[in-house]
Amino acid sequence: MTKHNLPLYLLFSLAILLFPFLIANEYFLTVMIVIGINALVALGLILLIGFTGQLSLCQAAFYGIGAYTTGVLSAKFSFNPWFSIAVGIVMACCLAFVLGLPALKLKGHYLAMATLGFGEIINIVFKEWGNLTGGPSGLIGIPQLALGGFMFDTDLRYYLLVWFIVLVVIAILFNLTNSRIGRGLLSIKHSEEAAASLGVAVATYKIKIFMCCAALGALGGGLYAHYITVISPEAFDVFHSIVLIIMVVTGGLTYIEGGVIGAFLFTLIPELLQAVEDYSIITYGFILLFILMFMPQGIAGLFNSGIKKIKGHLFNKVNVL
Amino acid sequence: MKELILQVKGLGKSFGGIQAVNNVSFNVEKNQIMAIIGPNGAGKTTLFNLITGFNHPDAGQKIFRGESFENAKPHEIAALGIARTFQNLSIFGNLTTCQNVMVGRHTRSKGEFFCSALGLTRVIKQEKSIRREALQFLEFVGLADKADKMAGNLPYGEQKLLETARALAIEPELLLLDEPAAGLNDKETEDMSNIIKEIQKKGTTVLLVEHDMSLVMNISDHILVLNYGVNIAVGTPEDIQKNPLVIKAYLGEELDECIA
Repeated sequence: MTKHNLPLYLLFSLAILLFPFLIANEYFLTVMIVIGINALVALGLILLIGFTGQLSLCQAAFYGIGAYTTGVLSAKFSFNPWFSIAVGIVMACCLAFVLGLPALKLKGHYLAMATLGFGEIINIVFKEWGNLTGGPSGLIGIPQLALGGFMFDTDLRYYLLVWFIVLVVIAILFNLTNSRIGRGLLSIKHSEEAAASLGVAVATYKIKIFMCCAALGALGGGLYAHYITVISPEAFDVFHSIVLIIMVVTGGLTYIEGGVIGAFLFTLIPELLQAVEDYSIITYGFILLFILMFMPQGIAGLFNSGIKKIKGHLFNKVNVL
Repeated sequence: MKELILQVKGLGKSFGGIQAVNNVSFNVEKNQIMAIIGPNGAGKTTLFNLITGFNHPDAGQKIFRGESFENAKPHEIAALGIARTFQNLSIFGNLTTCQNVMVGRHTRSKGEFFCSALGLTRVIKQEKSIRREALQFLEFVGLADKADKMAGNLPYGEQKLLETARALAIEPELLLLDEPAAGLNDKETEDMSNIIKEIQKKGTTVLLVEHDMSLVMNISDHILVLNYGVNIAVGTPEDIQKNPLVIKAYLGEELDECIA
């Protein structure tokens, strides 16, 4: 945390805490829970694409691995849900390591290509490994989360759990990106040669951050599975990976806030446009086009430069006086 | 005999059928300025890439402070204390000038992913000292007042200075400058040559590739001349100016050959 983003962070936390008590509406709570889960998954991509400059087209697959691992372990083998969420995260990290080791050592778009294939393979596994995953019709009977005797069985309780985790993750990412590690990641994005010449372990950092990205996806997937309690493969297909990328580009790739803003927007848009659901792909296409043409820094970028301008005007006036 | 900081023995590298660097050997004495000159395509930048680990040598040995480091990766070589700049500037345009130099403090600061993510007080304290140190390096090249400007918006000459400051932030024992004066006007070239002399005074050994002969002759203690990847001469600036092989490499043979 730096002194620049701390006030905004506290304000946002307060708003999140007060929201359910000001707006006592089950529907809004449900939407907010999904936004929180999407935000976790998107934040992983922000780290990978926005800060390190590596493109992954399989974030939905890690999201699915998190959801299915915990789903299968807790529904079919009666493991403790928290333990199975943790297993899902470890599983996603291991797969990211195995996938990233060859792909990230090479320069260019090898990671994008490898992840595109990987995402498709994982989705086929979800669909075809019927006796474990329930196949295309989905996996049912995933238990709800509980802590001791306390059940997270109402939307309000789950809302507070999910957003507590999101806020902790945001704080961690703010710390990480404002440290020497964050600068190292940004330097890799701009020039791998220059980064290496200054002592940044380029290959190691890329693999570590890809694992972080996968872990956040799997964490989101785990929380999703225990909330919805029924999961099916199409929620984790390649198209969803692309929607996640549109989400972070729209929100603002180079800002942690961008992941949260994108999650808000792209959870709300389908809710608002339910009447024209069949045209969602076209809508997303237009949004992406619009953002890239008119605000390539995303909404968070627009926001930040707006604040800078206002500050500039204020200081100028002070100087004139 | 002075202490040797870098020894290069029989270094070779070929790309496909082209022998870019062929059996090059030389020594760099501690705290001197050594220049590598030669016509375009002589293998100067490849030699830099071999020393800093960006290319892997096919043959030969390189020894830094008495220890060989053939298999070290670029970031490990930076940690050993060898810094470099690039022929085609490679500053981080979307970071501020100060942040650019702060990246250079990477090997001089501590804390991996876990510590940094927790935001411990010592990490925050360290951030402050990294910024303070970075400003000192900017001060050294005269860019302190541009610390919070976007590096990509600086004029070319200042970007060159910034890249030098960033490399210096490693606090290297050996600094490799790849064409520090390329694209600079006379005034900027003079500033750059003063800065290189200052770097030497601070106790850093400098190895540089440069085409600007007046700069090279002015500041170098020793000069190494490459042609077609082969080391054709080593010596003081006076020796090199008189060396017939060097004159031939730069200016060609006597008249009668041209007519023929």
